Amino acid sequence: MSTMPGVVAINTFREAVRDRVLYNLVFFALVMIGAAVLVGQISIGIERLVIINLGLSAISIFGLVMAVFIGVGLVYKEMEKRTLYSLLAKPIRRWEFLVGKYAGLLLTLVVNTSFMTLGLAAALFYVGRPFLRSDASILIAVYFILLELALVTALALFFSCFSSPMLSTLFTLGIYVTGVFARDIRDVGEFTHNPALKGATRILYYLVPNFHNFNAIAPAAHAEPIPFSLVWHNTLYALLYVVLLLLAASAVFSGRNMK
Amino acid sequence: MSSLAIEIVGLTKDYPVGFWRKRMRRSLDNLTLQVEQGEVFGFLGPNGAGKTTTLKLLMRLIFPTAGTARILGRPIDDVQMHRQIGYLPEQPYFYDYLTAREFLDYYARFSGYDATERRQRVTRFLDRVGLAGAGDVQLRKFSKGMLQRAGIAQAILHDPQVVFLDEPMSGLDPIGRREVRDIILDLKRQGRTVFFSTHILSDAEMLCDRVAVLHLGKLQGVGAPGEIVSIEVHGIEIYFEARDGRSLPASLTERATAMGRRYRIEVPEAQLYAALEQLRACEARILSVSPVRPTLEDYFFRLVNDSAGSHAVEVNVR
Amino acid sequence: MSRPSQNRVLWIAIAGVPMLFASIAALQARIDPLTRTPAQEREELILRSPSTVKKMSLGYDSLLADIYWTRAVQYYGSRVGTDDPKFDLLWPLLDITTTLDPKLIIAYRFGAIFLAESGRGGPGRADLAVELVERGIAANPDEWRLYSDLGFLYYWWLRDYTDSAAAYLAGSNAPDSPPWLKIMAARVAQKGGSLETSAMIWSELYSSTEDPNIRARAREMLRGLKAQQDETHLNEIADEYEKRFGRYPASTQEMRDAGLLGGIPLDPAGFPYVFGSDGKSRLNPQSTVVIPASPEGPPENSK
Repeated sequence: MSTMPGVVAINTFREAVRDRVLYNLVFFALVMIGAAVLVGQISIGIERLVIINLGLSAISIFGLVMAVFIGVGLVYKEMEKRTLYSLLAKPIRRWEFLVGKYAGLLLTLVVNTSFMTLGLAAALFYVGRPFLRSDASILIAVYFILLELALVTALALFFSCFSSPMLSTLFTLGIYVTGVFARDIRDVGEFTHNPALKGATRILYYLVPNFHNFNAIAPAAHAEPIPFSLVWHNTLYALLYVVLLLLAASAVFSGRNMK
Repeated sequence: MSSLAIEIVGLTKDYPVGFWRKRMRRSLDNLTLQVEQGEVFGFLGPNGAGKTTTLKLLMRLIFPTAGTARILGRPIDDVQMHRQIGYLPEQPYFYDYLTAREFLDYYARFSGYDATERRQRVTRFLDRVGLAGAGDVQLRKFSKGMLQRAGIAQAILHDPQVVFLDEPMSGLDPIGRREVRDIILDLKRQGRTVFFSTHILSDAEMLCDRVAVLHLGKLQGVGAPGEIVSIEVHGIEIYFEARDGRSLPASLTERATAMGRRYRIEVPEAQLYAALEQLRACEARILSVSPVRPTLEDYFFRLVNDSAGSHAVEVNVR
Repeated sequence: MSRPSQNRVLWIAIAGVPMLFASIAALQARIDPLTRTPAQEREELILRSPSTVKKMSLGYDSLLADIYWTRAVQYYGSRVGTDDPKFDLLWPLLDITTTLDPKLIIAYRFGAIFLAESGRGGPGRADLAVELVERGIAANPDEWRLYSDLGFLYYWWLRDYTDSAAAYLAGSNAPDSPPWLKIMAARVAQKGGSLETSAMIWSELYSSTEDPNIRARAREMLRGLKAQQDETHLNEIADEYEKRFGRYPASTQEMRDAGLLGGIPLDPAGFPYVFGSDGKSRLNPQSTVVIPASPEGPPENSK
């Protein structure tokens, strides 16, 4: 098993840290502290609910922003700045480089999310609710967010191989929003009597990554159990899609002429 | 097992240009070249000749329109072969958030050294390229010359068999250039092959076993530096200046080039003694007398001026 | 920049920046009255359709529900008790909240109580309250408190004792439901409309919630009901007085002096009851207790 991707991954992680990306955690901490302090004033009886809603939503949004904005530059920046030239002369295959960059950003996201989850736990502790077994749903919700981020990162990486950061951001966010709405789009298609439209929306539904699969914030907030089969299926779904995107990215990148 | 370090056959590269990218501009035209192992090979040409294009093709940063190449007998897409080669790109850019030491350590990992070996090599090669004191400085604070040295370090750190250097002297002061020359000579002494491109001809003359001259994408000539230009002496050049209180004869000064107080005159060999006699007569101070041999520079100028006004070969896409 | 001139710029900035901020703030205060439009005086919900809001929430609907819930509570709190309040947005706000998060029980319960309140207490839409709670039951069939709220609504506002009893009964079948639901079902069916039944309902409502608004309301109601019970009791004794003395008493003091009362009875706010010219007992006008409009009769002492 080649270690080249791992070498690149660690360096990508190091770059993110040196770029002070992790400072967003400070911002997150402020948000959670503010919420924990204020929630007691305005929402009696549902403190836990609001903290979990806010915390998980913040983890999701912060993670998304990070995944997109760093992801779209992952390959583009290296090609643009030509830092890639000397690197590709080393005994590393182009796809190994891609996988390494991807893994590095994913590692950054996992570390970031873990710290945020600790912050969420601290806020819950502060509003005085002890940890219950039903809190497992919160951890599963965080895991689903990570799966979602893994997918978005792969998307951003794919676009980074051939388009500028601005366009890549638009494409990635566009596909994300479509993926969130995919079910509604298909439902609209089902409603119409136009078979072409029905077929088109159905195809879109199966083509686009269905990000709505990964939303478990509401069940976590209401301490509802999340079925294990969903955990399994989502993991597999994310894995397949990520592999697909990395394959496509490798194909594009392997044939690309550097400037 | 071939003894050729580098073997290039018919390498060609076209770039699409124009608004609709329909026309092709041929930046490298049918290059065929061989470099023996252990040679120091200079790849010469004016800017835009296609030198960097050739190196990028060899490193698989870009892909050829036609032609093939082998390095150490292996096709250029053989990843394992890259263990044996080092590459310094033109205008190197590296990760500026890393220190020099971290940067070299990172690249050393691709060669599979363990931590101890990496540390030793990094220290050794930092020293070798004259960056011993700057190991813990971030690359973003490096001057161009320092970056160049760091680039050379990463190219040779893993003791490669063949080293490719794109304009290794650029950005260096004379001391730096001397150090790089020493490094190249050292590599040769170790039996390694050095393939470097440059447009500084004196370096090529001094270092290279053989050179190839590229112009407008085409190979103009290959051979030892002395073979490219004839070794016949064309004339003698004399540098002289007036002694205090004396003046110089007009017959000499009007044929000479004035450089402040000094003059330079070129006379055919047959007229040497007559000119010297004139200078002796006015007690001029003679600064130097040396034969003029055509240099690569002359060859170059002639080459460029001959084709001045013509453009790179354009190939119309059907 | 050399050190001395750098320092000078720094000092000017330290002095100048706060002054500039102060001027900007003062200017803003001047600008505000110039730009206030009639539209801003009206409260507007930009998006009225709950399904649209849900779609726009991009998966963060649970959080958005909490935000709308907070808005609903503040909307109600800022209007209740004021002169001639309008509660037009209460239903849409609760509608959106519960569409975004159908499991936000507290929103259904709030709507059950305050949508039905009329006058200065709410929009007086018991029908919407029922619709809201029924939706809540559909999404949360195991939540006994919602059935109890439905039973309350039918009982108190719609005076439909049959449906009320049915709701309490259905609630008693929900898991973890307390035993009093079955008892309530029976009581309502039998003695719908009695003061004791009403008091029981409000009392159970009080203990089943942590919402301070609902609790405050329940406390008020219970005081009013207690006062009603006292008044009924006093009226019975007053009839006794009339039989003995041929006229109705003018005050509770007379009743005490006649030996019919042990002392001066006080209402839950600590004020003595008074008697009207018709011989019926009344709340002291200074009392803070309010007997609301109820199945028993018209409101009394409402402020």
